[in-house]
Amino acid sequence: MLDADFFRRWMTGAAAAVDREAGRLTDLDSAIGDADHGANLQRGFAAVVKALEGDPAGTPGAVLVLAGRELISTVGGASGPLYGTLLRRTGKALGDAAEVAPVQLAEALRVGVAAVAQLGGAKAGDKTMLDALEPAVEALAESLGASFAAAAEAADRGALATVPMRARKGRASYLGERSVGHQDPGATSSALLIGALAGAEAAR
Amino acid sequence: MTARVGIVLVSHSARVASSVADLARGLAGGGETAPVAAAGGTPDGGLGTSAELITQAATAVDGGAGVAVLVDLGSAVLTVKALLAEGDELPPGTRLVDAPFVEGAVAAVVTASAGGDLDAVATAAAEAYGYRKG
Repeated sequence: MLDADFFRRWMTGAAAAVDREAGRLTDLDSAIGDADHGANLQRGFAAVVKALEGDPAGTPGAVLVLAGRELISTVGGASGPLYGTLLRRTGKALGDAAEVAPVQLAEALRVGVAAVAQLGGAKAGDKTMLDALEPAVEALAESLGASFAAAAEAADRGALATVPMRARKGRASYLGERSVGHQDPGATSSALLIGALAGAEAAR
Repeated sequence: MTARVGIVLVSHSARVASSVADLARGLAGGGETAPVAAAGGTPDGGLGTSAELITQAATAVDGGAGVAVLVDLGSAVLTVKALLAEGDELPPGTRLVDAPFVEGAVAAVVTASAGGDLDAVATAAAEAYGYRKG
């Protein structure tokens, strides 16, 4: 079973990964975006860690809802409301249980990812974070929530698969064919988030 | 006199938001205009969208008759939608209006100043999409 501490570790691990990879995210975003993805997510996840330190959020759902709210409030770019919605909806789907089974997390993540797709009006193949998140959710569901590592690998592969895609959403879509050949920064940060989930699992 | 619908203008740029607010107030002209607030850029003056500034602006213009929010691009749209989904971040009766930013703002402020309700404001702003320029 996964308790609130597991979800705190996930968020702390995500913050550390974003911190470590901020330069790479910004480099990817300078190719097809407005070069602020790394700094924006760094600010957002730093706020998440700070908020979690000062808040007794004692259930898996409460940890994710709080984290999502911080991201919406502090990021400043489109990734804020998108990741904020992902975490809030996933957290709400987990309800107020003190512990959740991995398979429940797999189902809740699917709800969260669907909410992201709805908010952004995007689908798989549009060269967005969904290209990493959807394969991750599928891999997790296939293993009945047992393999976070498989989800992280699927997210990494999904992020890599955005390289030849032409962007159909967001600022990169204005570049048309010129967006081809660059890995999507949002799919890349999504892979970091799922990688941090696998890291939280490994630390159990 | 009953309260007028409030208008919030959300742009990635503080200057764009405040200038469009000035333009809309100026073109609404004549008597008293509806309350208009600009929520542009980030709190530190950079380009981007701030949930905090949007919430402050909506609260400032809320007189109980509803708040129409007009936005420019990308994260402005997504941030307002996410705040609306939160349920308690924006005043009751706050609505994201699907309209072109500048033209929609003028139509919204004129309609709200004339005493139109939230539906009338939203409709007037959306109709600005129908005016072709070429």
